[in-house]
Amino acid sequence: MISARSGRIAFRNARLIDPASGLDAKGGLLVENGRIADVGPRLFNDAEPNDPEVIDCRGLVLAPGLIDCRVFTGEPGAEHRESLESASTAAASGGVTSMVVMPNTDPVIDEPSLVDFLLRRAAATAKVRVLPCAALTRGLHGETMTEIGLLKEAGAVAFSDGDRSIANARVLRRALSYAATFDALVIAHAEDPELTLNASATEGEFATRLGIPAAPAIAEAMMVERDIRLVETGARYHFGQISTRAALNAVAAAKARGLPVTCAVSAHHLMLNELDVGSYLTFRKVSPPLRSEADRAAMVEGVASGVIDAIVSSHEPQGADTKRQPFAAAAAGSVGLETLLGAALSLAHEGHASLIQVLATLTSAPAHIFGLPTGTLAKGAPADLVLIDPGEPFVVDAEKLHSRARNTAFEGRKLQGRARATYVGGECVFDAR
Amino acid sequence: MTSPDAAPILKSSHLLGIDGLSPFDITALLDLAETYVMQGRATDKKTALLKGRTLINLFFEASTRTQSSFELAGKRLGADVMNMSVKTSSVSKGETLIDTASTLNAMRPDILVVRHQDAGAAELLSRKLDCSVINAGDGAHEHPTQALLDALTIRRRLGHFEGLVVAICGDVLHSRVARSNLRLLSMMGAQVRLVAPRTLLPADADRFGVEIHTDMKSGLAGADIVMMLRLQLERMSGAFVPSAREYFRFYGLDRAKLAVAKPGALVMHPGPMNRGVEIASDIADDVQVSLISEQVEMGVAIRMAILDALSRRLP
Repeated sequence: MISARSGRIAFRNARLIDPASGLDAKGGLLVENGRIADVGPRLFNDAEPNDPEVIDCRGLVLAPGLIDCRVFTGEPGAEHRESLESASTAAASGGVTSMVVMPNTDPVIDEPSLVDFLLRRAAATAKVRVLPCAALTRGLHGETMTEIGLLKEAGAVAFSDGDRSIANARVLRRALSYAATFDALVIAHAEDPELTLNASATEGEFATRLGIPAAPAIAEAMMVERDIRLVETGARYHFGQISTRAALNAVAAAKARGLPVTCAVSAHHLMLNELDVGSYLTFRKVSPPLRSEADRAAMVEGVASGVIDAIVSSHEPQGADTKRQPFAAAAAGSVGLETLLGAALSLAHEGHASLIQVLATLTSAPAHIFGLPTGTLAKGAPADLVLIDPGEPFVVDAEKLHSRARNTAFEGRKLQGRARATYVGGECVFDAR
Repeated sequence: MTSPDAAPILKSSHLLGIDGLSPFDITALLDLAETYVMQGRATDKKTALLKGRTLINLFFEASTRTQSSFELAGKRLGADVMNMSVKTSSVSKGETLIDTASTLNAMRPDILVVRHQDAGAAELLSRKLDCSVINAGDGAHEHPTQALLDALTIRRRLGHFEGLVVAICGDVLHSRVARSNLRLLSMMGAQVRLVAPRTLLPADADRFGVEIHTDMKSGLAGADIVMMLRLQLERMSGAFVPSAREYFRFYGLDRAKLAVAKPGALVMHPGPMNRGVEIASDIADDVQVSLISEQVEMGVAIRMAILDALSRRLP
């Protein structure tokens, strides 16, 4: 439960990284009443702060808490896989202080009263901020638009059919036009539903060898290109995740034309390629499927060049019932809240992008896309903070995850960089110092 | 019989849209209508101006208000009025519009009032028939008599058009009333605003020299006249607007939204109203602000003026 702390916390001896302002320097930060009261390179340099709580960061990185723009939970309807509470525990341990939750629940979040329910449940049970994304069409059927105005008033931060594409161009065009009326953000899942019907992998030599039903990678770029044409009606449009070079090029071209388009990539599409499916590892069955090495490399390049705005976990909890199946029958999805930071930081460790650049994709960029007051170390901003040891190595062990579901695509992977402590509104929600 | 000293008012023998009219035509029609307002309020409402003339009301779309208004206007001027509605006509048996026109033409009417679901239907009939044709609404194109009755209502209340701010709110996309009104009011010097969610605004609406607003608060700010449009039931279930309750919340006229308009602002609606969808009942029924009943009265007067004016061009 998030409650504004009235006490003061002084962080000293930190490496402050604030992508929103470009700050990367040693310094201190003062939290007061749940907000950042002061921050700067000279803070607490000369004198010991005489605050009730002083945290010596010992040179670790102090950054804005991470904002994960794409999280699926099982609440309401499939709490046995993941509840808001269990997802938030996983988030807190991964340094994530805000998570945008997708509407693909049972019931679907397509009613103002359900947004209200989510926010109340989150306030009562979740350790981190829960930002509901409401359905764009009723029941996610792709036919009639939801009450975008009332849902936004109820607290929905964006509108999406989650992991479903809207096949009907007329429906999407009207929905975008209506959303623009309310300056609402629409999040797309770009995969042609007919081309990808029943597909479990990307079409190519590897899928052919395994004999898995596969769909061509162009199924993504086709929808990205179509959607960009429709975005010309004026709505703010965010591709929830892209995974191919062709899609990246289309987004880059749209941005160059000045269209209000943004995009994200999942940590697993940055780190893994189709060959990682190995011998039918269903924990690496994700949606969209893992791509070729060339496409994976293009995603890394996209983050480095800034065309890709955000890195997301695409956290999608599944149980043994849905994952311990033959590959084609298994459900897609991987949990990711606890590996998001480590996976993203690999880009910095491998020299593809700077640390501040990687952190921007997890903090200031998502805050900008969703219009949030968080994701920054600015004075007055909510004290959502993460203390990061960027060099700490660890091996991903599904058994040690805080998430209720264990289906991580990174099982056994060596990652480097972990959250040591996480604060939401000035309150410590995770501490492994 | 048309009085011999009555000078012609209109250049055309048809009234197909506001588009074909000049500000002088409009002013002359409104002036003429004033005399018919008085006639409508007199005990003896009837004259013999159109004695012997035949007026046919041909309505392919259901209408209570417009059809009865034309019927009453014709009868008060002494014409023989026949109502043909689509259910009783042979159109429902598969006859084309042109065939219907030829059949009607053979009956030698003097004036045909037509409403049709397709844009351009009145114009098509005017080319095929020998009589005067009055467009009583064609698709989403024009409804000139509604715009003229609205103009008469406004002029009687406020005395002029120049500089008036008129906010036309709601389903502009499908509305012939909005199109005729924005043409007429702009032509007469009023400043027209269209207020609607983007899904209910036609493409390039800004090319009409009007202001476009997607927010009622900004659209109504300082308005002299708030003109509400009807939202058809089938359009509020997800295709254009997600629901009636959301529509009312953001685009329905209630006291809070009206409060930003000019003090004393007047409210109009072409009817029939959807209470609790585009307009709150307490506003619709408030005689201090609502001109809705007055619009109906002016409808008969303006239609008498139009019949009079067109009959002056009849042989």
